[in-house]
Amino acid sequence: MKEKIERRADLFVDCRGETCPIPLVEFRKAVMRARPGETIEIVGTHGPSKEEIPLAVRSLGLELLGVEEDQDGAWHIFVRR
Amino acid sequence: MGPGTSSSAARKAAIIVHSGDLDKVMSALILGNGALAMGLETTLFFTFWGLLRLRRGRLERAPLSKLNLLGLGRWLMGKRMRRARVASLKRLLEDYRALGGKIVACELTMQVMGLRREDLQEEWIDSYGTVGAFINEAKEAALTLFI
Repeated sequence: MKEKIERRADLFVDCRGETCPIPLVEFRKAVMRARPGETIEIVGTHGPSKEEIPLAVRSLGLELLGVEEDQDGAWHIFVRR
Repeated sequence: MGPGTSSSAARKAAIIVHSGDLDKVMSALILGNGALAMGLETTLFFTFWGLLRLRRGRLERAPLSKLNLLGLGRWLMGKRMRRARVASLKRLLEDYRALGGKIVACELTMQVMGLRREDLQEEWIDSYGTVGAFINEAKEAALTLFI
């Protein structure tokens, strides 16, 4: 059972427990759903995705607002479309 | 064209899926999804053994390229993949479609193998073509792969 996380962005994507390439794919789907200026928070536990999502953010010309890690070891990536 | 994508012609990926093996089709779909996520307009060309995976109900019945052992290896790999929570071919293909990825079915293969359009999962296929269709995309692509 996943612990509930307080939302801090317009769109929230929970990829905890998912492996490559699902977090990257779900991030991209969220970008397609987001309106310009909206923020996206994506949370996950797959290590390599924490590195590749910021690469995709740059490649898509979006704004990376921050990357954080919580006390459970999950990463949180914040992006503005 | 989706948000965050560039109109530059070089931001394209063209991938030939020649193999029908589980591990190789999976690699092609993961690469296709990755390319789309990075903002590349992506086309997968399914040809020869790869196209056989687009026959109705055949996507999930792919053998392994090595150590298939009459299906035992595939079964073991499937178990390990599920434990590692690796996405199935069907999920990867549906995600690929949801991100706007294009699929072209090789018409020459269809002729050789005696396949009609209704034998294939037509809802996954955007167009039917031969070498010209691939080269036309590939000549503008920053990334071309043969799998």
